[in-house]
Amino acid sequence: MAVAAETQFHVLAVDDSRLDRMLIERLLKTSSYQVTTVDSGSKALQILGLQDDQTNSPSVSSDQHDTEVNLIITDYCMPEMTGYDLLKKIKESSSLKDIPVVIMSSENVPSRIHRCLEEGAEEFFLKPVQLSDMNRLKPHILKGKYKELHQQQVLQNSSITGSNHNSNKRKAMDDEISPEMSKTKTHKQPDSTVIPYITSFSFLTSFE
Amino acid sequence: MAPTALQEKLNGLVNSMFAEGLLDEQFQQLQMLQDGSNPGFVAEVVTLFCEDSERILAELTKLMDQAVVDYSKVDAYVHQLKGSSSSVGAQNVKLACIQFRQFCEDNNKEGCMRALNVVKHEYYHLRSKFETMLHLENRIQAYETKQQS
Repeated sequence: MAVAAETQFHVLAVDDSRLDRMLIERLLKTSSYQVTTVDSGSKALQILGLQDDQTNSPSVSSDQHDTEVNLIITDYCMPEMTGYDLLKKIKESSSLKDIPVVIMSSENVPSRIHRCLEEGAEEFFLKPVQLSDMNRLKPHILKGKYKELHQQQVLQNSSITGSNHNSNKRKAMDDEISPEMSKTKTHKQPDSTVIPYITSFSFLTSFE
Repeated sequence: MAPTALQEKLNGLVNSMFAEGLLDEQFQQLQMLQDGSNPGFVAEVVTLFCEDSERILAELTKLMDQAVVDYSKVDAYVHQLKGSSSSVGAQNVKLACIQFRQFCEDNNKEGCMRALNVVKHEYYHLRSKFETMLHLENRIQAYETKQQS
Protein backbone atom coordinates (compact mmCIF):
# COMPACT_ATOMS: atom_id res chain seq x y z
CA MET A 1 0.00 0.00 0.00
CA ALA A 2 1.57 3.25 -1.10
CA VAL A 3 1.82 6.24 1.16
CA ALA A 4 -0.25 9.25 0.05
CA ALA A 5 1.93 11.82 -1.66
CA GLU A 6 0.84 14.60 0.68
CA THR A 7 0.91 13.39 4.29
CA GLN A 8 -0.29 16.11 6.59
CA PHE A 9 1.40 16.75 9.89
CA HIS A 10 -0.66 17.98 12.81
CA VAL A 11 0.36 21.06 14.76
CA LEU A 12 -1.15 22.11 18.08
CA ALA A 13 -1.01 25.90 18.48
CA VAL A 14 -1.45 27.50 21.90
CA ASP A 15 -2.10 31.24 22.33
CA ASP A 16 -4.39 33.22 24.60
CA SER A 17 -4.86 35.95 21.95
CA ARG A 18 -7.72 35.23 19.57
CA LEU A 19 -6.14 37.36 16.87
CA ASP A 20 -2.84 35.54 17.12
CA ARG A 21 -4.62 32.19 17.03
CA MET A 22 -6.33 33.27 13.82
CA LEU A 23 -3.00 34.28 12.36
CA ILE A 24 -1.05 31.19 13.34
CA GLU A 25 -3.85 28.95 12.10
CA ARG A 26 -3.79 30.61 8.68
CA LEU A 27 0.01 30.49 8.55
CA LEU A 28 0.03 26.78 9.37
CA LYS A 29 -2.82 25.85 7.03
CA THR A 30 -1.21 27.80 4.19
CA SER A 31 1.88 25.68 4.83
CA SER A 32 -0.21 22.49 4.56
CA TYR A 33 -0.37 21.58 8.22
CA GLN A 34 -3.40 20.25 9.96
CA VAL A 35 -4.06 22.61 12.87
CA THR A 36 -5.70 22.57 16.27
CA THR A 37 -5.70 25.83 18.25
CA VAL A 38 -6.34 26.23 21.97
CA ASP A 39 -6.31 29.27 24.19
CA SER A 40 -4.42 27.93 27.20
CA GLY A 41 -1.72 25.56 28.38
CA SER A 42 -4.19 23.52 30.40
CA LYS A 43 -6.41 22.99 27.35
CA ALA A 44 -3.31 21.97 25.40
CA LEU A 45 -2.48 19.35 28.03
CA GLN A 46 -6.06 18.06 27.83
CA ILE A 47 -5.79 17.62 24.09
CA LEU A 48 -2.48 15.85 24.57
CA GLY A 49 -4.12 13.48 27.01
CA LEU A 50 -2.38 14.85 30.07
CA GLN A 51 -4.12 16.75 32.82
CA ASP A 52 -2.33 19.23 35.10
CA ASP A 53 -2.04 16.64 37.82
CA GLN A 54 -0.50 14.14 35.41
CA THR A 55 -3.43 11.72 35.61
CA ASN A 56 -5.60 10.96 32.61
CA SER A 57 -9.25 11.83 32.95
CA PRO A 58 -11.65 9.06 31.93
CA SER A 59 -12.92 11.09 28.97
CA VAL A 60 -9.51 11.84 27.51
CA SER A 61 -7.43 8.75 26.95
CA SER A 62 -3.85 9.13 25.86
CA ASP A 63 -4.08 5.95 23.83
CA GLN A 64 -6.94 7.20 21.76
CA HIS A 65 -5.99 10.57 20.33
CA ASP A 66 -8.18 11.48 17.44
CA THR A 67 -5.07 12.72 15.74
CA GLU A 68 -1.47 12.52 16.75
CA VAL A 69 0.26 15.84 17.43
CA ASN A 70 3.54 16.23 15.56
CA LEU A 71 4.56 19.65 16.88
CA ILE A 72 3.43 22.11 19.53
CA ILE A 73 3.83 25.83 18.97
CA THR A 74 3.02 27.98 21.97
CA ASP A 75 3.01 31.60 23.02
CA TYR A 76 5.24 32.39 25.99
CA CYS A 77 3.15 35.04 27.81
CA MET A 78 -0.11 33.46 28.85
CA PRO A 79 -2.07 33.84 32.08
CA GLU A 80 -2.04 30.94 34.59
CA MET A 81 0.28 28.67 32.61
CA THR A 82 3.04 30.26 30.59
CA GLY A 83 4.50 28.67 27.47
CA TYR A 84 7.53 27.83 29.57
CA ASP A 85 5.39 26.01 32.16
CA LEU A 86 3.69 24.10 29.37
CA LEU A 87 7.04 23.20 27.85
CA LYS A 88 8.26 21.86 31.19
CA LYS A 89 5.18 19.69 31.67
CA ILE A 90 5.54 18.27 28.19
CA LYS A 91 9.22 17.46 28.69
CA GLU A 92 8.46 15.84 32.04
CA SER A 93 5.91 13.51 30.47
CA SER A 94 7.25 10.22 29.19
CA SER A 95 4.53 10.04 26.54
CA LEU A 96 4.93 13.59 25.29
CA LYS A 97 8.56 14.53 25.74
CA ASP A 98 9.57 13.72 22.18
CA ILE A 99 7.01 16.02 20.60
CA PRO A 100 8.95 19.06 19.36
CA VAL A 101 7.95 22.35 21.02
CA VAL A 102 8.45 25.82 19.55
CA ILE A 103 7.97 28.93 21.69
CA MET A 104 6.70 32.28 20.35
CA SER A 105 7.08 35.64 22.04
CA SER A 106 6.58 39.27 21.20
CA GLU A 107 9.54 40.16 23.40
CA ASN A 108 13.16 39.55 22.58
CA VAL A 109 14.51 38.69 26.02
CA PRO A 110 17.76 36.68 25.69
CA SER A 111 17.48 35.11 29.16
CA ARG A 112 13.94 33.99 28.38
CA ILE A 113 14.99 32.50 25.06
CA HIS A 114 17.93 30.74 26.66
CA ARG A 115 15.79 29.31 29.44
CA CYS A 116 13.31 27.86 26.95
CA LEU A 117 15.98 26.32 24.77
CA GLU A 118 17.66 24.84 27.86
CA GLU A 119 14.35 23.28 28.86
CA GLY A 120 14.12 21.55 25.49
CA ALA A 121 12.30 23.93 23.16
CA GLU A 122 13.44 23.37 19.60
CA GLU A 123 13.24 26.97 18.63
CA PHE A 124 12.10 30.42 19.62
CA PHE A 125 10.07 32.54 17.18
CA LEU A 126 9.81 36.28 17.60
CA LYS A 127 6.30 37.57 17.00
CA PRO A 128 4.75 38.47 14.70
CA VAL A 129 5.34 35.05 13.21
CA GLN A 130 5.71 35.10 9.43
CA LEU A 131 5.22 32.70 6.56
CA SER A 132 8.97 32.23 6.22
CA ASP A 133 9.08 30.96 9.84
CA MET A 134 6.84 28.06 8.82
CA ASN A 135 9.72 26.59 6.83
CA ARG A 136 11.65 26.17 10.07
CA LEU A 137 9.12 23.73 11.53
CA LYS A 138 9.53 20.68 9.33
CA PRO A 139 13.06 19.71 10.39
CA HIS A 140 11.87 19.56 14.01
CA ILE A 141 8.84 17.45 13.10
CA LEU A 142 10.99 15.05 11.13
CA LYS A 143 13.47 14.81 13.98
CA GLY A 144 10.57 13.90 16.25
CA LYS A 145 9.47 11.25 13.76
CA TYR A 146 12.97 9.74 13.65
CA LYS A 147 12.94 9.49 17.44
CA GLU A 148 9.53 7.82 17.36
CA LEU A 149 10.59 5.33 14.69
CA HIS A 150 13.80 4.58 16.53
CA GLN A 151 11.85 3.83 19.68
CA GLN A 152 9.50 1.56 17.76
CA GLN A 153 12.49 -0.32 16.42
CA VAL A 154 13.90 -0.68 19.90
CA LEU A 155 10.54 -1.93 21.19
CA GLN A 156 10.25 -4.37 18.35
CA ASN A 157 13.75 -5.70 18.77
CA SER A 158 13.27 -6.29 22.47
CA SER A 159 9.80 -7.85 22.31
CA ILE A 160 10.01 -10.19 19.32
CA THR A 161 10.11 -13.78 20.58
CA GLY A 162 9.83 -17.22 18.99
CA SER A 163 6.69 -17.93 17.00
CA ASN A 164 5.42 -14.36 17.10
CA HIS A 165 8.35 -13.20 15.08
CA ASN A 166 7.55 -14.65 11.67
CA SER A 167 3.84 -13.94 11.66
CA ASN A 168 4.42 -10.31 12.63
CA LYS A 169 7.00 -9.92 9.94
CA ARG A 170 4.75 -11.39 7.25
CA LYS A 171 1.84 -9.24 8.35
CA ALA A 172 3.73 -5.99 8.59
CA MET A 173 6.17 -6.44 5.72
CA ASP A 174 4.14 -4.62 3.10
CA ASP A 175 3.23 -1.73 5.32
CA GLU A 176 4.96 1.59 4.92
CA ILE A 177 5.02 4.02 7.75
CA SER A 178 2.90 7.14 7.55
CA PRO A 179 2.08 9.47 10.44
CA GLU A 180 -1.51 8.19 10.50
CA MET A 181 -0.53 4.56 10.36
CA SER A 182 2.07 4.80 13.04
CA LYS A 183 -0.54 6.34 15.29
CA THR A 184 -3.01 3.51 14.84
CA LYS A 185 -0.50 0.73 15.07
CA THR A 186 1.45 1.66 18.11
CA HIS A 187 -1.29 1.56 20.68
CA LYS A 188 0.01 -0.19 23.72
CA GLN A 189 -1.40 -3.70 23.59
CA PRO A 190 -0.66 -5.91 26.53
CA ASP A 191 -0.42 -9.33 24.87
CA SER A 192 0.05 -9.28 21.12
CA THR A 193 2.98 -7.33 19.81
CA VAL A 194 1.94 -6.22 16.38
CA ILE A 195 4.52 -3.57 15.74
CA PRO A 196 5.04 -2.39 12.19
CA TYR A 197 8.28 -3.51 10.72
CA ILE A 198 9.84 -0.45 9.19
CA THR A 199 10.44 -1.28 5.56
CA SER A 200 10.81 2.16 4.13
CA PHE A 201 11.22 5.76 5.03
CA SER A 202 9.44 6.94 1.91
CA PHE A 203 7.18 9.27 3.82
CA LEU A 204 10.24 11.28 4.77
CA THR A 205 11.28 11.85 1.18
CA SER A 206 7.85 12.89 -0.05
CA PHE A 207 8.59 16.44 1.09
CA GLU A 208 11.07 18.81 -0.49
CA MET B 1 -17.54 53.12 -10.15
CA ALA B 2 -15.90 50.49 -12.34
CA PRO B 3 -14.08 47.69 -10.48
CA THR B 4 -10.65 48.66 -11.80
CA ALA B 5 -11.17 52.18 -10.54
CA LEU B 6 -12.28 50.74 -7.19
CA GLN B 7 -9.21 48.55 -7.05
CA GLU B 8 -6.99 51.51 -7.86
CA LYS B 9 -8.63 53.48 -5.10
CA LEU B 10 -8.07 50.62 -2.65
CA ASN B 11 -4.44 50.22 -3.66
CA GLY B 12 -3.91 53.95 -3.33
CA LEU B 13 -5.42 53.95 0.15
CA VAL B 14 -3.33 51.02 1.35
CA ASN B 15 -0.15 52.52 -0.15
CA SER B 16 -0.78 55.82 1.60
CA MET B 17 -1.29 53.97 4.87
CA PHE B 18 2.11 52.35 4.43
CA ALA B 19 3.67 55.67 3.51
CA GLU B 20 2.21 57.40 6.57
CA GLY B 21 3.50 54.68 8.88
CA LEU B 22 0.00 53.56 9.84
CA LEU B 23 0.86 50.10 8.53
CA ASP B 24 4.10 48.18 8.39
CA GLU B 25 5.30 45.09 6.54
CA GLN B 26 3.35 42.78 8.83
CA PHE B 27 0.20 43.96 7.04
CA GLN B 28 1.76 42.75 3.79
CA GLN B 29 2.15 39.34 5.43
CA LEU B 30 -1.60 39.33 6.08
CA GLN B 31 -2.27 40.27 2.47
CA MET B 32 -0.10 37.35 1.37
CA LEU B 33 -2.22 34.98 3.44
CA GLN B 34 -5.39 36.08 1.66
CA ASP B 35 -6.19 34.17 -1.47
CA GLY B 36 -9.03 32.61 -3.43
CA SER B 37 -9.72 30.06 -0.73
CA ASN B 38 -9.64 32.71 1.99
CA PRO B 39 -10.88 35.92 0.39
CA GLY B 40 -12.03 37.44 3.68
CA PHE B 41 -8.92 36.85 5.76
CA VAL B 42 -7.68 40.44 5.97
CA ALA B 43 -11.18 41.70 6.73
CA GLU B 44 -11.57 39.08 9.47
CA VAL B 45 -8.28 39.97 11.10
CA VAL B 46 -8.87 43.72 10.85
CA THR B 47 -12.36 43.36 12.31
CA LEU B 48 -11.10 41.26 15.20
CA PHE B 49 -8.30 43.76 15.83
CA CYS B 50 -10.81 46.60 16.05
CA GLU B 51 -13.08 44.68 18.43
CA ASP B 52 -10.16 43.72 20.67
CA SER B 53 -8.71 47.23 20.64
CA GLU B 54 -11.95 48.92 21.61
CA ARG B 55 -12.49 46.49 24.44
CA ILE B 56 -8.97 47.15 25.71
CA LEU B 57 -9.24 50.93 25.35
CA ALA B 58 -12.46 50.89 27.37
CA GLU B 59 -10.74 48.91 30.13
CA LEU B 60 -7.76 51.22 30.09
CA THR B 61 -9.98 54.28 30.38
CA LYS B 62 -11.66 52.77 33.44
CA LEU B 63 -8.35 51.84 35.04
CA MET B 64 -6.82 55.27 34.47
CA ASP B 65 -9.92 56.85 36.01
CA GLN B 66 -9.21 55.26 39.38
CA ALA B 67 -7.85 57.43 42.17
CA VAL B 68 -5.05 54.93 42.65
CA VAL B 69 -3.94 53.46 39.37
CA ASP B 70 -3.08 49.76 39.22
CA TYR B 71 -0.12 50.00 36.86
CA SER B 72 0.39 46.26 36.53
CA LYS B 73 -3.16 45.84 35.25
CA VAL B 74 -2.74 48.81 32.92
CA ASP B 75 0.54 47.37 31.64
CA ALA B 76 -1.05 43.97 31.04
CA TYR B 77 -3.72 45.52 28.81
CA VAL B 78 -1.24 47.71 26.96
CA HIS B 79 0.92 44.62 26.40
CA GLN B 80 -2.09 42.89 24.86
CA LEU B 81 -2.84 45.83 22.60
CA LYS B 82 0.80 46.09 21.60
CA GLY B 83 0.73 42.40 20.68
CA SER B 84 -2.36 42.56 18.54
CA SER B 85 -1.31 45.79 16.81
CA SER B 86 2.03 44.18 16.07
CA SER B 87 0.32 41.08 14.64
CA VAL B 88 -1.88 43.18 12.38
CA GLY B 89 0.86 45.56 11.25
CA ALA B 90 -0.67 48.60 12.96
CA GLN B 91 2.67 50.37 13.36
CA ASN B 92 1.67 53.71 14.89
CA VAL B 93 -0.61 52.06 17.42
CA LYS B 94 2.17 49.66 18.34
CA LEU B 95 4.68 52.47 18.81
CA ALA B 96 2.20 54.39 20.97
CA CYS B 97 1.78 51.28 23.12
CA ILE B 98 5.53 50.96 23.57
CA GLN B 99 5.65 54.55 24.86
CA PHE B 100 2.69 53.87 27.11
CA ARG B 101 4.42 50.86 28.70
CA GLN B 102 7.42 53.03 29.50
CA PHE B 103 5.20 55.40 31.51
CA CYS B 104 3.61 52.40 33.25
CA GLU B 105 7.01 51.16 34.27
CA ASP B 106 7.75 54.58 35.77
CA ASN B 107 4.31 54.68 37.46
CA ASN B 108 3.90 58.06 35.82
CA LYS B 109 0.18 58.84 35.95
CA GLU B 110 0.26 61.96 33.82
CA GLY B 111 2.49 60.27 31.27
CA CYS B 112 0.09 57.34 31.15
CA MET B 113 -2.92 59.58 30.65
CA ARG B 114 -1.22 61.33 27.76
CA ALA B 115 -0.03 58.05 26.31
CA LEU B 116 -3.55 56.63 26.46
CA ASN B 117 -4.81 59.63 24.49
CA VAL B 118 -2.13 59.11 21.87
CA VAL B 119 -3.01 55.43 21.56
CA LYS B 120 -6.69 56.31 21.18
CA HIS B 121 -5.92 58.96 18.60
CA GLU B 122 -3.75 56.58 16.56
CA TYR B 123 -6.25 53.77 16.84
CA TYR B 124 -9.29 55.78 15.74
CA HIS B 125 -7.33 57.31 12.87
CA LEU B 126 -6.39 53.81 11.73
CA ARG B 127 -9.90 52.49 12.24
CA SER B 128 -11.44 55.04 9.92
CA LYS B 129 -8.95 54.09 7.20
CA PHE B 130 -9.65 50.39 7.80
CA GLU B 131 -13.37 51.10 7.46
CA THR B 132 -12.83 52.71 4.07
CA MET B 133 -10.56 49.83 3.07
CA LEU B 134 -13.09 47.16 3.98
CA HIS B 135 -15.88 49.12 2.32
CA LEU B 136 -13.90 49.25 -0.94
CA GLU B 137 -13.03 45.54 -0.66
CA ASN B 138 -16.68 44.66 -0.18
CA ARG B 139 -17.70 46.66 -3.23
CA ILE B 140 -15.03 45.01 -5.34
CA GLN B 141 -15.96 41.53 -4.14
CA ALA B 142 -19.68 42.23 -4.65
CA TYR B 143 -18.94 43.22 -8.21
CA GLU B 144 -16.84 40.08 -8.77
CA THR B 145 -19.55 37.85 -7.30
CA LYS B 146 -22.11 39.47 -9.56
CA GLN B 147 -19.88 38.85 -12.57
CA GLN B 148 -19.63 35.16 -11.72
CA SER B 149 -23.38 34.60 -11.38
